[in-house]
Amino acid sequence: MSSVADYALPNPIHENRSGLIGKPVDRYEGPLKVTGTAAYAYEVVPPSPPAYGVMTPAAIARGRVVAVETAEAEASPGVHLVWSHLNAPRQAPRGTKVHPRSTGVSKPVFDSDRVTYFGQSVAFVLADTLENATAAAALVKVSYEAEPIEVVLAQNVGRAEQPPGEEDVEIGDFERGFSEAPVQLDQSWTTPLQNHCQMEPCATTAWWEGPRRCVVHTSVQMVKPAQHGLAETLGLDRDDVHLMTRYIGGGFGGKGQTYEDLVLAALASRELGRPVKVAFTRQQMFHATIHRPATIQRVRLGADKDGRLTALSLMTTTHCERDGDFTEHASNFCRSLYAAPNRLTGHRLVRLDLPHAGAMRAPGEASGMLSLECAMDELAERLGLDPVELRIRNEPEVDPETGKPFSLRQLVRCMKEGAQMFGWDRRNPRPRQTREGRWWVGMGMAAAIRGNFLLPAKASFSVDRDGVITVRQGMTDIGTGSYTVLAQIAAETMGVPLEQVRVEIGDSELPPAPGSGGQFGAATAGSAALAAGMNLRKAIAELAVSDPGSPLHGGDPAKVQFQDGGVALENRAESLASLIARAAPDGLTVEGDSRPAADARNWSQHTYGAHFCEVGVEADTGEVRVRRMLGVFGAGRIINWKTARSQLTGGMIWGVGSALTEANSPDPRYGSLIGQDLAQYLAPVQLDIGELDAIMLDEVDDKANPMGIKGVGELGISGAGAAVANAIYNACGVRVRDYPITPDKLIAGGL
Amino acid sequence: MRPFTYERAADVGEAVKRAAETPGARFIAGGTNLLDLMKLHIETPTHLIDVGRLPLSQIEPTAEGGLRIGAMASNSQVAGEETVKRRYPVLARAILAGGSQQLRNKASVGGNLLQRTRCAYFYDTTKPCNKRRPGSGCGALEGLNRNSAILGQSTACIATHPSDMAVALAALNAVVETALPDGTAGRLPVLDLHRLPGDTPHIETALAPDELITAVVLPPPPEGGQVYRKARDRASYAGGLASVAVVGGRIALGAVAHKPWRAEKAEAALAAGAAPAEAMAAELAEARDNGRNGFKIALTARLGAAALAEASGSTP
Repeated sequence: MSSVADYALPNPIHENRSGLIGKPVDRYEGPLKVTGTAAYAYEVVPPSPPAYGVMTPAAIARGRVVAVETAEAEASPGVHLVWSHLNAPRQAPRGTKVHPRSTGVSKPVFDSDRVTYFGQSVAFVLADTLENATAAAALVKVSYEAEPIEVVLAQNVGRAEQPPGEEDVEIGDFERGFSEAPVQLDQSWTTPLQNHCQMEPCATTAWWEGPRRCVVHTSVQMVKPAQHGLAETLGLDRDDVHLMTRYIGGGFGGKGQTYEDLVLAALASRELGRPVKVAFTRQQMFHATIHRPATIQRVRLGADKDGRLTALSLMTTTHCERDGDFTEHASNFCRSLYAAPNRLTGHRLVRLDLPHAGAMRAPGEASGMLSLECAMDELAERLGLDPVELRIRNEPEVDPETGKPFSLRQLVRCMKEGAQMFGWDRRNPRPRQTREGRWWVGMGMAAAIRGNFLLPAKASFSVDRDGVITVRQGMTDIGTGSYTVLAQIAAETMGVPLEQVRVEIGDSELPPAPGSGGQFGAATAGSAALAAGMNLRKAIAELAVSDPGSPLHGGDPAKVQFQDGGVALENRAESLASLIARAAPDGLTVEGDSRPAADARNWSQHTYGAHFCEVGVEADTGEVRVRRMLGVFGAGRIINWKTARSQLTGGMIWGVGSALTEANSPDPRYGSLIGQDLAQYLAPVQLDIGELDAIMLDEVDDKANPMGIKGVGELGISGAGAAVANAIYNACGVRVRDYPITPDKLIAGGL
Repeated sequence: MRPFTYERAADVGEAVKRAAETPGARFIAGGTNLLDLMKLHIETPTHLIDVGRLPLSQIEPTAEGGLRIGAMASNSQVAGEETVKRRYPVLARAILAGGSQQLRNKASVGGNLLQRTRCAYFYDTTKPCNKRRPGSGCGALEGLNRNSAILGQSTACIATHPSDMAVALAALNAVVETALPDGTAGRLPVLDLHRLPGDTPHIETALAPDELITAVVLPPPPEGGQVYRKARDRASYAGGLASVAVVGGRIALGAVAHKPWRAEKAEAALAAGAAPAEAMAAELAEARDNGRNGFKIALTARLGAAALAEASGSTP
């Protein structure tokens, strides 16, 4: 097994001879997407005309289905079949894992009469058209026996429990450290339930090739668990499920798992003997897929008069479904953020009769930084310190909980450079001092931290007789740029121009990679691609020196250079196309893999950033508008300046949404969420975002992976909303600790 | 979507005649609201009469010195029309505060007036709603009703009317012209077009089911400044939390009631010499909240006072 020390050894990415690494290369699949020719899961054209499935959602949040009247729906025009728990095809029991190495388990549909959340699919209609299926689904009459529900976190904190298998983490003696601190801050924040609102709802197109082989195109972030889960559900060999997910219209964690559309499409296609398409509606997505749960966070900070933290605690209470155990780990990030000798962090979990809680972009940080980074702002004001200076005074030299060295930590540089670029010195530390017309104007900042991860992955590289390099990998691109960065890595590794590279991903028959999530995608998939590329270089070099027809014949394969679309040795050179066409006309294909170094955990490894924000608060109405926002980030080497920046600014915009508008609320009487479309669940629109920029430090983390890169997908949202909240306070003098910060709360706060 | 039939009306007379003789028929123009509601089975017409291509999109001066706006003029067309921008800026600003550019390009003037509430309980068909299913109750009354009505509501319905344009029209004393199946034309002030909910919130306007809006007529604008202000949670594509149209001494409020709300008490107070804040307080003395939307009273008061001050030129 490799060592972290190997990561710093020379390789084509470090050398970056053609300069492709770091360039703002346009998206590989961009032309397909902007011309509408990239086929998303629901749009894939199957081999024969499909039928269309529509799901009927439960109208109660907890209880039992006691009757399903389907006669009217079955008699409706074009209807092929109507399913519910009364007549669904046999599937493996929930949780079945026949294949010991499956990364997914059986997720049968309609396997019980139980309803455990509002909007749960309780019936399914298959018809010849989407319109007929939709009309018929509304005719299915479902009768329920409803049971009492509990859906509001604040009303149920008395039932909060320690999450299974977790303990609070205490360093030193927090209570003593806090009680003895000359300056104390003890405040609570709440963050609301949020929905992912991907542009593309979850959807599947399925068909069968014979009785035992199922082909599905679905929208999912991780290929293998989805393929294995469907195979387990249907009782198939895993290789007999061919799962593809070539283009994905946003995931954000919400497509880290599959939903009923996948299994229903496969089952219905088998039953009907025809391809089938199934999709959730926009309205259904809000309940039928996971959400970011609400939190109640208590922050306690103890500091000396110079602003050095002596005690730090963040305790989070959150929720998941009645029989679940997902925990929004909103407290974890602060274990590595600031120095303090006495520390206490932990979580409490309340089970509610709500849809399933789960991962959403930067789970933990996205919620947690909304409290601590505002608490730091309050503490700075209490101490009469600049918020940047307070953070610098609490910058740890090693990880404050584990004592491990940081792989690379440039948080202070992010803050200092950001402050300078943003004009932070023009901020008046006293709130409610700057007025421009109807607007109070103010500035705020917050730090950002998000862990960096590397997982095992494989990839294959091929070269054909035209010299074209093809990367193949069971990776996904959820809109992040996976296609593009893999093409850049391949081109740089093989010394060919980008136009000579093909990328094939999103397919279960390709060498497996973990997919997209946890901002590990580019590092994980890219490291395996680099390994495969290095293996292909070796194979091509050996082919060249052993081929009598090659000008490189007889040379030392270790000295063969890959450049300008060919191979070279001293002053002898040949194009890849010429070499392969002659010496290996069927092409060459090799695999490579990468896994974390054995000693990788000896370092504390994160990505960092600093957000600066200027807002206007309308003095009469309390409307908040972001005027300027700047993020400066340290996230290792950047492979593609354009796609990385786009991810970071996208995250920052979500942070603005978290601060100002994005929230959903359960109705305590029905257990349903009030926001069920994009007109009621308010994500930011263009006009909400003023001038916005993200700067990436020029850095390389040589403890991260052989490319020295880190993730950016989740860093941008981390802390962003806190910078907005702090700017609001600086503008108008009102602290709102109950997100989102809407006009009603600012007026109630004394605007 | 439920099956329905469709026809494109050749002229106004045929449109209203077909509406009169076809049970379950609805007019459709831009369709920006009706089609959404049909997809969700909230509206289930069996027949659509497309009036969107009728020659009713002219904007022309009236003999009285006002402006007649054809009912099929798009919202974008009206907001961009030179006379509207110059003489009725309150109308242009109100229209531009509503929907999104795409919606405004498609939405008609007549359809804008007849759009239905955005109340979440109206949209969720698993919930009681007297407007959607008369007699089923009001899901919003004890629900998550942060943005419900504070004026003129009833226990049967606390929904608000979502139009921005209609608020400006109410302040402008606009008149709606209609066509009826018997060949006659109707005229009614826009203030009388929409109804308060009472016990019958499903009956939203004074129009007969087969009556078609053909135009909106603006009288000459009165002396004085015109202002439209809207407060909302998001900068665009969001319904108002409150809105105010000021036209000289006339004030109309939006997002606070089941209809565009003419603030006559505030107007009277202003005419008697009250300050803007006092005038708004007079209007809102009878406002009622239901525990979650109380901020709208304060917000409306502040927004109204600010708009009045702006219209009178006393703020920048």
